[in-house]
Amino acid sequence: MNSVLAARAQMEVSLAFHMVFAALGIGMPVLLIVAEGMWLRTGQLHYRRIAVKWGKATALTFAVGAVSGTALAFELGLLWPRFMAYSGSTIGSAFALEAYAFFVEAIFLGLYIYGWDRLSARVHWLTGFAIALSGLASGVLVVAANAWMQAPVGTPSGDPTAPFRSPAWLHMALHSSLSCYVATSFAVAGVYAVGMLRGRRDAFHKSALTIAFTVATVTAVLQPLSGDISARAMAKYQPLKLAAMEVLLQTGPHAPLTIGGIPDDTGIVHLGLRIPSGLSLLLHHDPAGVVQGLQSFPRAAWPNLIVTHLAFQAMVGFGFAMIGLAALFWWARWKGKHERLALRAAVLASPMGILALEAGWVVTEAGRQPWIIYNIMLTADGVTPVQSVDITFFGFSLLYIMLGVALVVLLRGLAHPRAREYAAGAEHAG
Amino acid sequence: MRAEIIIAGAVLIAVMAYAVLGGADFGGGVWDLFATRPRKHEQREVIAHGMGPVWEANHVWLIFVIVLLFTAYPRAFEALSIALYVPFHLVLLGIILRGASFVFRTYATSGGRTQQRLFGVLFGVASVITPVLLGMSLGAVSSGMLKVSDPAGITASRAWLSPLSLAMGALALALCAYLAAVYLANEIDGDLQEDFRARALIAGTFVVAFSALLLPFLRSEAPHLLAGLLTARALPVLIIGAIAALVAGGALRVRRYRLARTAAVLQVICLLGGWGLAQFPYIIYPDITIYDAAPASTLRFVLLTLPVGLVLLLPSLWFLFRVFKGEHLGLLDD
Ligand code: HDD
Ligand code: HEM
Ligand code: HEM
Repeated sequence: MNSVLAARAQMEVSLAFHMVFAALGIGMPVLLIVAEGMWLRTGQLHYRRIAVKWGKATALTFAVGAVSGTALAFELGLLWPRFMAYSGSTIGSAFALEAYAFFVEAIFLGLYIYGWDRLSARVHWLTGFAIALSGLASGVLVVAANAWMQAPVGTPSGDPTAPFRSPAWLHMALHSSLSCYVATSFAVAGVYAVGMLRGRRDAFHKSALTIAFTVATVTAVLQPLSGDISARAMAKYQPLKLAAMEVLLQTGPHAPLTIGGIPDDTGIVHLGLRIPSGLSLLLHHDPAGVVQGLQSFPRAAWPNLIVTHLAFQAMVGFGFAMIGLAALFWWARWKGKHERLALRAAVLASPMGILALEAGWVVTEAGRQPWIIYNIMLTADGVTPVQSVDITFFGFSLLYIMLGVALVVLLRGLAHPRAREYAAGAEHAG
Repeated sequence: MRAEIIIAGAVLIAVMAYAVLGGADFGGGVWDLFATRPRKHEQREVIAHGMGPVWEANHVWLIFVIVLLFTAYPRAFEALSIALYVPFHLVLLGIILRGASFVFRTYATSGGRTQQRLFGVLFGVASVITPVLLGMSLGAVSSGMLKVSDPAGITASRAWLSPLSLAMGALALALCAYLAAVYLANEIDGDLQEDFRARALIAGTFVVAFSALLLPFLRSEAPHLLAGLLTARALPVLIIGAIAALVAGGALRVRRYRLARTAAVLQVICLLGGWGLAQFPYIIYPDITIYDAAPASTLRFVLLTLPVGLVLLLPSLWFLFRVFKGEHLGLLDD
């Protein structure tokens, strides 16, 4: 494997892994605040038990997020030293501010997890807000670095405010922060839906499901709106990526919207559904709106059409599927008769948020190729001269697979404790 | 003072904070691995209890160092990332395994004993390996053996495997174990306190031995660094460090634990401070200095945001340590 391929693969694996935990690190504190807030309001003990349990899960996933994030910080240099030498002084500003957010997050998470008996109820609850805000801030800040790589402004070296001036920052920050809440809350809701399908229908499970699914529904409905903002900004700042995502060949008015289908690398889509003028309508609210197609750009600059298009279809598909399943869930609940149907909908939707989030990042990053900094530096020019990148790629992939498996086993142990322990807990809550 | 120097000072202080706080967490893992009967279980409890709430905050100091490095000294970051490709990957492996296995063990409640034991061993082994590798990397940086004058010609280096680097790795491990034992002796009493006092004395002996071992290697492999350590700039700091080391050892003997802790911390700070002053102005001797820095605009950004960050950070840190270490630090005596 050549260095560029191996380095890209290692970066992808590390980021894809980190993103799951980063999303949980941003999303879980919000669920914690709601659950603990309900406890403070109602005094019902099962809300406190929910918050304690979710706190433990957060401690587990946060630690994995922290160490995989550390790996990323090193890997920026280990895999892309030329890129960092060139632009560290520009994107570093975002990471430097992010570091302060990390401090605050790690400090208050320690206080939260270990502080149940040491802090007053109200102060303890407030530490949850500190985690939620600093988690959000760290995501928003790191996205500034990424946004600048997508839509660079200023100079590539020594322009520390450039990431915050990138026209892609605000909509990406909005869309990706929302995606963290979507991914977390659907995943958590699924855990309790499974429990209830297996017959655990106590207050603990019911409330946990309701809290998580409420957050899930609200954020899932907002997500396409923010995605629409992203797409329109993209038409302006990264028209080539948009054309690749939609596999639009010709520049012109009445651009069609292609749904599904498999493109080949000449830009012909097989088996797709075409809605005439759909893309023009979406982007310009006008069927005659002009959209730039792939043919306006040199062939060598095209990103991989198959990956970009399919990942985009996956993100949007999961996004609408989640909204549909959420509607089904609430309808079935409202009817009161179809509880199993509601629970099955929640189970089916539960992995979709994480999948959509990963797919979205593939759109953004693979769609930026062959550039590491769009139109400024090629990915191949950023890579390390070290020859053995394939070894570290395989080694780290193996490590992440093992960590992932261990974590799933442990989280299952947390969610479904042995029967005895469970009965004792349920009594406690009664 | 020039921005390059102030930021280099901030990096050095962050390194010290990481050594004094994060280093002790690695040391905790070392003593977890070497927990002994009859109080094996209790020793491990104390260590886990002490680390649990703070280790992640302590870990962020390392991230802070990396981020400051690539923001303010991107050329040095580039050179180090290429030349130390192998040891840095191994450090990451250690960091990932240490952190993950520590929380995995804490929450492996339903998987029973075997799971917990497996994660416990991983935690201990990773806690031993990581500081050694960090020390070896530091050794490579100051050895003068990284050839980085021409960015295009840098390759993965073996300088981290030199005898000097190995000795620095051993010293780093001993220091971590030493700090951890001294802190832990402050956090408990009775038999366990005696256990950790004994461990502190053993580790302290190793610290002295490895420091002495370092001297001939410094002479033969890195005379520039030895000369730097003996300058009027660095020597006084090192002398204060040596005195602090003696005080810490003496205080441990007579069981004055708080004094021992203060002196041990001072000792480590002076050691790193002396090293930093001896290196000055080089980041990587002899090719990259702190003046090979980012453009002034970036340095200004870092300088301006530093106080803002500290205003956020320091009270939060103080609160954390007050809540969990208050009675041990004497913060709650009033
Ligand atoms: C839960 C996850 C999720 C869901 C349901 C959606 N997205 Fe998304 N999308 C992301 C998660 C995501 C992401 C992973 O968070 C990305 C990657 C970069 C970014 O800013 O957000 C992203 C990027 C992204 C981009 C590229 C932005 C850029 O590169 O500048 C566009 C155009 C959209 N999305 C559009 C949509 C639309 C129209 C959706 C309608 C349903 C949608 N997304 C649902
Ligand atoms: C946060 C979530 C992110 C995810 C999931 C993500 C994902 C990816 C993926 C999938 C690739 C490979 C693209 C391909 O297949 O060709 C990639 C490449 C890369 N990303 Fe991102 N990225 C993220 C954010 C960032 C950020 C914040 C940076 C920061 C500076 C960054 C820097 C890079 C670099 C340097 C590459 C190498 C070029 C390449 O292989 O494409 N990424 N990333
Ligand atoms: C190249 C890209 C990235 C790098 C270098 C990076 C680096 C890091 C580092 C060093 C940590 C550990 C902090 C600690 O110890 O507390 C971390 C954690 C975290 N990262 Fe990333 N990160 C990247 C991408 C992202 C993205 C795109 C997001 C969000 C959208 C994100 C969100 C978080 C969050 C919320 C945490 C806190 C820990 C957690 O909750 O698991 N990161 N990251």
